[in-house]
Amino acid sequence: MVENRPFLNFLTHLVLILGIATVVFPVYLAFIASTRGPTEFMSGLVPLTPGDHFLDNYGTLLGAGSTRAGTLPFLSMLGNSLIMAVLVAVGKIAISIISAFAIVYFRFPGRVIAFWLIFMTLMLPIEVRILPTYKVIADLGMLNSYSGLVIPVIASATATFLFRQFFLTIPEEMMEAARVDGAGPMKFFWDILLPLSRTNIAALFIIMFIFGWNQYLWPLLITTEPQYYTVVMGIKRLAAVLDGDTQWNLVMTGVILAALPPVLVIIFMQRLFVKGLVETEK
Amino acid sequence: MASINVENVGKIYTGGVRAVSGIELDIADGEFIVLVGPSGCGKSTLLRMIAGLESISEGEVKIGPRVVNNVEPADRDIAMVFQNYALYPHMTVKQNLEYGLKNRKTPREEIDTRVAEAARMLEIGQYLERKPKALSGGQRQRVAMGRAIVRKPAVFLFDEPLSNLDAKLRVSMRGEIKRLQRRLGTTSIYVTHDQLEAMTLADRLVVLNGGKIEQVGAPLEVYHAPASTFVASFIGSPAMNLVKAELHGDRLAIGPAMIDLKGFAPTSGAVTVGMRAEDLRLVEAGDNALPFRLEYAEELGSQRLVHGTVGDQSVTAAVSPETPLTPEMSFTIDPRRLHFFDKETGKRLAGGIPAEARLAPVEPVI
Repeated sequence: MVENRPFLNFLTHLVLILGIATVVFPVYLAFIASTRGPTEFMSGLVPLTPGDHFLDNYGTLLGAGSTRAGTLPFLSMLGNSLIMAVLVAVGKIAISIISAFAIVYFRFPGRVIAFWLIFMTLMLPIEVRILPTYKVIADLGMLNSYSGLVIPVIASATATFLFRQFFLTIPEEMMEAARVDGAGPMKFFWDILLPLSRTNIAALFIIMFIFGWNQYLWPLLITTEPQYYTVVMGIKRLAAVLDGDTQWNLVMTGVILAALPPVLVIIFMQRLFVKGLVETEK
Repeated sequence: MASINVENVGKIYTGGVRAVSGIELDIADGEFIVLVGPSGCGKSTLLRMIAGLESISEGEVKIGPRVVNNVEPADRDIAMVFQNYALYPHMTVKQNLEYGLKNRKTPREEIDTRVAEAARMLEIGQYLERKPKALSGGQRQRVAMGRAIVRKPAVFLFDEPLSNLDAKLRVSMRGEIKRLQRRLGTTSIYVTHDQLEAMTLADRLVVLNGGKIEQVGAPLEVYHAPASTFVASFIGSPAMNLVKAELHGDRLAIGPAMIDLKGFAPTSGAVTVGMRAEDLRLVEAGDNALPFRLEYAEELGSQRLVHGTVGDQSVTAAVSPETPLTPEMSFTIDPRRLHFFDKETGKRLAGGIPAEARLAPVEPVI
C-alpha cells in the first residue's frame, strides 16, 4: 500500500486529524475548565483558552477538598484509588498466573471442570453478583476496609484464561528440559514460566490497573466512611452538590487528576511492554 | 557411564491405547544405539520412558545397576537433546548451559570449567552471551548438545535432534554427534525416522514397528540380513524390492521368469523374495534373467535408478549412469543375494550373504 498520491495523503491525514480532535477535544476542554475560576461557566459560553486559576483549583482540591461539596482532600482519595488499583492488579495477576499454572501443568482430578468453571465466570460481570457479594462482605465485617474494596474483585477469569492460552503455546519440551535439568515444578515456574510471561504480565497489569482504578459501583456500596472513598466516587460527590451550583472548575480538576495515574501507568508500562515484545522469542 | 537394561517394557496410555509392548533391550556401556522406525512406531515413547518423561506401564528399566521406574528424570543421570532444542529463550547461551548444574548445586568454579570445556568442544565460545533467538539452527543445536554435555551424564538421549536442520547441516552435525560420542564414550540412545541417519550413527540399530522390536543388530547386519519384510523395506535406500515368487524345487519363479538357485533354495512353495536394487545386474535377455519393462529413471549422479515392472510387480534396480536406457531390459541376480521371507508373516526364512562375507568380494556364481 505504498502509494504516492497527494490527494490520498491529504485525505488520510484529514481523517486522522479529525479522529484525534474528536477524542482529544473533550479532554482539552476539561483541562481548560480546570484552570478557570468558579463563576466563568455561568455565562453559558465555554472558554477555549487556559485561565489563571490553575494553581488555585488544583491546590484546593488536593489540599483541602471542596468545602461546598464537602469532600475530603483529593490526595487521600487518589491514595485510596492507587492502593485499590495496585492491589487489584497485582492480586489478579498473582492469583490467575498460579491458577493457570495449575490448570496447564498439573494433572489432577477435576482439572477440566475447574477450568470450565473459571471460564464460565468470564461471562458474569461484578454487577450480577453484587448483592450476594455485598452480603458476604458485610457479614464478614469487611465494610469500610481496603480488604473489602479489593478482595471481591481480585479473582480474574479473563487473566487466568489469557495465561492459560499463553502457557499452552510454550512447547512441552521446555518443561521436560527443565525436568531433566533438575528443576522442580516451582523452580520451573520461577525460572522459566515467569520470565517468559513478562510481556503478558505487563499487558495485564495495564488492563487490570485501569479496571481497579475505574471501579465505581463496588466502592460506592461498601464505603460509607470518607477515609475510604476512591477518586471516581469523589468526582461524583463533587458534581452532585445538593444546594447551589456545581463548581464545574473543581469537577474538571478532579477529572484531570483522576485520569492522570492510568495515563502514567500506560506510558510507563508501554515501554516495558514494547521492550518485552522486541526481546522475546518470535 | 552406564549400561541400560530394558526388560519387557510396555506402555499403555489412558484409554487403553497400547503404544509399546514387550521391549527387551540390553545396551552396553558406551554403546551408541539408534531406535528407528516410522512415525507412531513407539520409538519416542520408549526413549521418553527411559528418560522418565513418560511413566512405564509394564516392565523395568535399569540404568546401571539401579531400577529407575520411579526415579525423577533429573535423578536418572541422563541428559536429553530435544527435536526443537527446547532452549530457554530468556536465558543467554551460558545461562542455558549452566542451568542444570546450578540446580544441582555444583560449585561455581566447577560450572565455569565445564561450560568452558563444552563451549570449546562445540565451538560455541563466541556465542556464550547471546540469547538463543540470535543463533542459527545449527548453533542452537550445538547449544542443546552443550547443555547435555556439561552435565557429564551416564546416558545421552537424543530425540530426533537433527530433523529441524537443512540437509547439508544435518550431515555435518551427524558426523559431529558421532565424533563427540566416540570421544566422550557416553552410552547414547538416539531416536530417528531417517534410516540413513540410523545406519551412519549406530553401533547397533533397533528397528521398531507397531510398538514392537522387529530387529536389533549392527547396521550392516540389519542391512544384509533383514529379519522381516518390514525391516527390509525400511532400511536401505532405495527400499529393497519385495516380490511375490514361487519356489519349484531349485528354481524360483518370479512372474514369467525363472531363476536357477544353484542349490540355494531354502524351502518350497510361495514366498516373498527380496532383492536389493544394487544386487540386480544388467544382462542380455535369456535364461535366469528377469524381463524388466522400464517406466522411468532417476539420476543420482553416481548411479542411475531404473524403476519398472517385472511381470506385474514393480522393481527398482541400480545401474551405472552410462547404462543406455531401453524400454525392455533384463536383470539377473546372484542367488546368494536373494532374501526369502515367509509369504504370510513376512519373517525371514533364509538367504542373503552374511555381513562378514560381504566385506570380501564375492565371486559370481552365474
